[in-house]
Amino acid sequence: MKTPILKQGPYLIASLQAEQSDTDLLELQEVLVEQVGRFRSRGVILDVTLLDVMDSFATRTLRNMAQAIRLRGAETIIVGIRPEIAFAMVQLGLDVRLSGVQTTLDLEEALAILDRQRQEGMCRD
Amino acid sequence: MTDVVQIAIRSDSDIVMVRQQARALAKELGFSASDLTLIATALSELARNIVEYAQQGEIILSQIKQGELRGLVIVARDSGPGIADIERAMLDGYSTGKGLGLGLPGAKRLMDEFEITSCAGQGTTIKATKWVH
Repeated sequence: MKTPILKQGPYLIASLQAEQSDTDLLELQEVLVEQVGRFRSRGVILDVTLLDVMDSFATRTLRNMAQAIRLRGAETIIVGIRPEIAFAMVQLGLDVRLSGVQTTLDLEEALAILDRQRQEGMCRD
Repeated sequence: MTDVVQIAIRSDSDIVMVRQQARALAKELGFSASDLTLIATALSELARNIVEYAQQGEIILSQIKQGELRGLVIVARDSGPGIADIERAMLDGYSTGKGLGLGLPGAKRLMDEFEITSCAGQGTTIKATKWVH
């Protein structure tokens, strides 16, 4: 199942689907890392609201994705971790594994953070 | 209502399928939404271990009733290489594969009961149960 990716100005928004297989996630990783370069994106938002589980494989893949995207010059924010998923992740010890990757409750907040980071970046330049 | 489901696990798409099946069975038993997620997550780890270490195996999901108690039993079975050191395999962060080493100990924490039988060269069987609270 292909993961839909929307381009919103300087950002890319990927909406992970409910029944995402390992292969789908690895494919998304490749596509996003490539698209960040092609569109000169400054930020990537991974929307996980629909995801049915966030197991160790998904966590590791999302973290790797965020790190690779950072090396390509963009920031990643994970959006919409549901309460029961958060609870399962804590019990699995996965919350620590995801540390270093920003998470927000909703898209609006994620966009606001990315905008702020871009402005700060511009002031420094 | 089918109360036993047997699913062959050979690829990552089977991992997704077994999660869906377990959710449906667990929902019938009256598990809460958060328990459904805990069960699906544990199952995901067990199914992935089969694909990663044994290439193929099977998962049997069954509903059990003991007096007033109702629960879901997961049996994950493969004839892969087996686990040489179960004690270490149950430690957080220990992995002989490419994972984070959280799969087995994590699955154990997510379930109420957890038994593992494995001999090097003879495969692995894991039985995990979650009760409706």
